[in-house]
Amino acid sequence: MAGAGELAGAEPGNLSGVRHIILVLSGKGGVGKSTISTELALALRHEGKKVGILDVDLCGPSIPRMLRAQGKAVHQCDSGWVPVFVDQEQSISLMSVGFLLENPDEAVVWRGPKKSALIKQFVSDVAWGELDYLVVDTPPGTSDEHMATVEALRPYRPLGALMVTTPQAVSVGDVRRELTFCRKTGLQVMGVVENMSGFACPHCAACTNIFSRGGGEELARRAGVPFLGSVPLDPELSRSLEEGRDFIQEFPKSPAFSALTSIAREILNATPALLS
Amino acid sequence: MEEVPHDCPGADSTQAGRGPSCQGCPNQRLCASGAGAAPDPAIEEIKEKMKTVKHKILILSGKGGVGKSTFSAHLAHGLAEDENTQVALLDIDICGPSIPKIMGLEGEQYVEDNLGVMSVGFLLSSPDDAVIWRGPKKNGMIKQFLRDVDWGDVDYLLVDTPPGTSDEHLSVVQYLAAARIDGAVIVTTPQEVSLQDVRKEINFCHKVALPVIGVVENMSGFVCPRCKKESQIFPPTTGGAEGMCQDLKVPLLGKVPLDPHIGESCDKGQSFFVEAPNSPATLAYRSIIQKIQEFCTPRQPKEDLVSS
Repeated sequence: MAGAGELAGAEPGNLSGVRHIILVLSGKGGVGKSTISTELALALRHEGKKVGILDVDLCGPSIPRMLRAQGKAVHQCDSGWVPVFVDQEQSISLMSVGFLLENPDEAVVWRGPKKSALIKQFVSDVAWGELDYLVVDTPPGTSDEHMATVEALRPYRPLGALMVTTPQAVSVGDVRRELTFCRKTGLQVMGVVENMSGFACPHCAACTNIFSRGGGEELARRAGVPFLGSVPLDPELSRSLEEGRDFIQEFPKSPAFSALTSIAREILNATPALLS
Repeated sequence: MEEVPHDCPGADSTQAGRGPSCQGCPNQRLCASGAGAAPDPAIEEIKEKMKTVKHKILILSGKGGVGKSTFSAHLAHGLAEDENTQVALLDIDICGPSIPKIMGLEGEQYVEDNLGVMSVGFLLSSPDDAVIWRGPKKNGMIKQFLRDVDWGDVDYLLVDTPPGTSDEHLSVVQYLAAARIDGAVIVTTPQEVSLQDVRKEINFCHKVALPVIGVVENMSGFVCPRCKKESQIFPPTTGGAEGMCQDLKVPLLGKVPLDPHIGESCDKGQSFFVEAPNSPATLAYRSIIQKIQEFCTPRQPKEDLVSS
């Protein structure tokens, strides 16, 4: 997959310079797929990797704001769309339907076939260049967008899917279905991340399990996939995402920081084994 | 694609297959052939079926995970506390049907004599079964739910929806078009990441002429059970739902704080109102439910309600 090379007279694939592709899935909405995608990208960047993020949530594209890139213009080059760099060093690039909307409050009210068509274009027509990791953030569900994404990425052999859940049964219930989706579509599951895993009161440090407890680890155990870690609720994390700040750089003492960097390291360590 | 994407005109529109935004759509040829132009007979059939349903309310968000299903379930519980009120809860989240779990149902359709539930979740034989359907098949299921379920005499039909602004939302609005929907309740959480999706949803409502009953701000603050101090776990960095409602001139129905009992109750399939009757969250819910009832069955002209 790395450096697929140029066929005579044909365009080199726009994903040919991308070494590893990770899909972030859930099935359940609001568990933190975009948050985990963004923080994973920032953490991998801090480990010295060049990262791209593809946001295929057409109805609710959250990532531009999380990286302070909302409202940026996208340009076209000979190979297709040029992704938006979110930092000076050009170590994180981003493509999202959010960049194509003239009015951010305008709803993208599309039926399945049109969503699938755009996702195919996003996967093949974005000139990513050389990347160590491409993180693909998805909307909740197991429908048109997910099928289109998996089909379009299949020739490039994604590393696998990262499943995000919260501890409670209502989330785990949907993620079990997403695991079935992965099995049916032949997508390897890298592991489960449990987000919103408890809240330590900043005033008295008492920990409350606001969204129940234990569901993520139990899910991973039953499905026979690695449990990559639990990320606690952290108002600093929420605030960083709202303001498009680099949480990994700015809040190393936060309880969520160690969980997120540990998950990134797990992925880096697991990459060689997942390739085989 | 050089242009900014525009909305799909809809398979039954006169522009179907012919509009500028149809270029490149895999359905273009089918739509241009006029196959979708004839009005769907199901719309009239559903209108007939809905004659015995007094009020229809959609629960929407745009954003996932803000508590639509939790809210829908507890709105149903609250309305059904009056045993003379017949309530039906329809879950059209085909991929992620949460309502059976939250209502504690494993296949039976009645929670109480006066509270019935329908969900694709009941049609799945295993909790691992995934419903991997494309749009048209999901739309077919929604049509069946509305047309083929014998709803009977219902005071309130509540429709819980998945996140987004897509097939399911278009379909439920189109299929109920002739039957008149009272309005939509929109659920959000305080942070901008939610509000930016919710503004789109409110825009969607205006586009399809769906009245907005109001907005509920969920997960609005957390009071530590030990020290009783409040924290904003999802900070309203851009003014929260209150700010958005003022900007968009829609009513704010209320704010519901985070309470760990809510998640536990949902996991156990029990009504949170029974588990924690005096919790600030329960009181907030009850006040919101009352406002919704007043919207649907005003005792005074609607103009007075808006200004009170």
